[in-house]
Amino acid sequence: MELLSGADMIARFLQDEGVEYIYGYPGGAALHIYDALFRQDKVKHILVRHEQAATHAADGYARASGKPGTVLVTSGPGATNAVTGIATAYMDSIPMVVLCGQVMSHLIGDDAFQETDIIGVTRPIVKHSFSIRHPTEIPEVLKKAYYLASTGRPGPVVVDIPKDMTAPTERYEYVYPKKVKMRSYNPVTRGHTGQIKKAVELMLKARRPVFYTGGGVVTGNASEGLTDLVQRLGYPITTTLMGIGSYPQSDRQCLGWLGMHGSFESNMAMHHADLIIAIGARFDDRVTNNTSKFCPTAKIIHVDIDPSSISKTVRADVPIVGPAGSVINEMISMVQDKEITNPEALADWWKQIDGWREERVGKLYEPSTSGEPIKPQEVIEALCRVTRGEAYVTTDVGQHQMFAAQYYKFDKPNRFITSGGLGTMGFGFPAAMGIKHHFPEEQVICVTGEGSFQMMMQELSTCKQFGGGVKIVNLNNASLGMVRQWQDLNYKSRHAHSYMESLPDFQQLIGSYGFTALRVETLADLEPALERAFADTHELVFLDVIVDPHEHVYPMQVPLGSMRDMLLSKTERT
Amino acid sequence: MRHIISILLENEPGALSRVVGLFSQRNFNIETLNVAPTEDPSLSRLTVTTVGDDRVIEQITKHLNKLIDVVKLVDLTEGNHIERELMLVKVKALGAARDEVKRTADIFRAQIVDVTPSLYTVQITGDAGKLDAFLQAMAPVGILEVTRTGVAGIARGDKVLSL
Repeated sequence: MELLSGADMIARFLQDEGVEYIYGYPGGAALHIYDALFRQDKVKHILVRHEQAATHAADGYARASGKPGTVLVTSGPGATNAVTGIATAYMDSIPMVVLCGQVMSHLIGDDAFQETDIIGVTRPIVKHSFSIRHPTEIPEVLKKAYYLASTGRPGPVVVDIPKDMTAPTERYEYVYPKKVKMRSYNPVTRGHTGQIKKAVELMLKARRPVFYTGGGVVTGNASEGLTDLVQRLGYPITTTLMGIGSYPQSDRQCLGWLGMHGSFESNMAMHHADLIIAIGARFDDRVTNNTSKFCPTAKIIHVDIDPSSISKTVRADVPIVGPAGSVINEMISMVQDKEITNPEALADWWKQIDGWREERVGKLYEPSTSGEPIKPQEVIEALCRVTRGEAYVTTDVGQHQMFAAQYYKFDKPNRFITSGGLGTMGFGFPAAMGIKHHFPEEQVICVTGEGSFQMMMQELSTCKQFGGGVKIVNLNNASLGMVRQWQDLNYKSRHAHSYMESLPDFQQLIGSYGFTALRVETLADLEPALERAFADTHELVFLDVIVDPHEHVYPMQVPLGSMRDMLLSKTERT
Repeated sequence: MRHIISILLENEPGALSRVVGLFSQRNFNIETLNVAPTEDPSLSRLTVTTVGDDRVIEQITKHLNKLIDVVKLVDLTEGNHIERELMLVKVKALGAARDEVKRTADIFRAQIVDVTPSLYTVQITGDAGKLDAFLQAMAPVGILEVTRTGVAGIARGDKVLSL
């Protein structure tokens, strides 16, 4: 029998659970745990420079690796600083365990130094949370935390640990719980066969079908199955922003992604479809536009692991509760020896879709001419060429995020990593750092803007200490581009606080941490600079690319309209 | 439409706040809420009455089911059920009103459970409609204080909400 203190139990549990990295920041209430981590060397701790970055780094790590990320922060401000990152993970269903120090049990409720009711603060943005009430609970509670975070619809779990629970003087028996059972939590493992059969019948009979798939396919590791199913049927597919890469974008059947800034052909196809096959997507407002005008002629099949996502905003005709992977496999087994009923209708449907595609060829944006500033779209296209579309790309939030999603072509899942649900500026750089720790030999790029980057740029220091050879591509328009775009469209170009005056000299800034920064002002300099940046996979390089501040992201759905109501450029509208 | 949702909940700290928080977070209504431990000390039984159309009620039950602390739930209004609420009312009872209160209490099968020279405390159980009617009847006399437990409900017949 092994006797361990609460703090040592935590360190030992993390080892037994196979946790490789913890992102965190020490403080009074977490010091016993930090001491326990110091006395072991299996679990690596990365000291971030702000707790929000810890959550984003763990999040990026989780998205790229498929394993839950782990965060350790102290009580009070340490925990509240982590809140934005917890909410980010919650909105995108990312598995994460956040261990928070807490003041001593007897002080809880007294407004003690660095006390916050973090369970209360995070209640609406966690899958679940626990408070440790006795050190002997630690192994089982932590096991439950990892189990809940990573099964079913994944999400963040917070564990609140009062300091006296980790006291080095009190030791208890430690046994690693291999399994946990919770009577009130039984995630579904497969869909209802009758419902799947009904769905498949509709799928085979459809005349104008579209697959609409989301992050659930990525988290459910169902990309291969999805690709197989879609190719067997020969139907068009569009993905959500979170589903990018779940079906190869270079394939002809892929229409790109859909929604507010989605491709023209995706949104047109959705609007005119007679059957929407939604898998692991949640019909959010950035996809549907006005739900009362959404896909007026379509029947809807909705596959989701979370029943509360089904018929939340758009009524499903055939609801299927189940994980994307097993439902897709069951669909494949049902369609494999069957023919679709209307091959001619499908051929006509493709003709119509190809027509929409051709309509926009060469009109997506106007390339820069010599002497003009570089267009942000050109930067992403060059980036995609130089990295052969194989890099891990994180983004922050705004125009650069949409450009990255539109012009980098992803053929694999888990490669485009972005805060889709919460839209968190500052996410990209720490997330890239987390991915790089998991995949040190891969190219990891953070596409950002000078606004977002400045929200988390303190992490340069973390990269200096622990390594993190990410490439930061800063689309510098000296503006909060998306805010500015909305001000152009809705506020007669009154640019209230969307202009970034007093930007730092990024070369000096990055240089002060000992990293390389290159400033690019002309298109001719762009590709050489990119080649230089990617020469060494392990070197952090910052590219400060000065781009046209007047550029807008198009297409853009017209507010309160249907899927097909889009602005296509500053002068064109559907 | 009004629904009565009955929930078996883990008797854990914070569990109730998750249920209540869910209603405000998702913009759902709570009309009444009643909660107490059951014969199994690890479980609480919680009854919520709420108002919403079918879509909203479907979302409420789905989101409640998603809470880790919720073990089981049933929408009692989907079938025959019994609902009861207990109310204590302090009313003025002076002069002629003293008899009037007693008579009305008898009609409603309420009991007078405390007496002072100037007021009665009346205990009454029933469904929400009966309690409302009693309050209406007492209004002219002068109601001084009201406390209601919120609805507790149970299905009629053989149906049982248990583990």
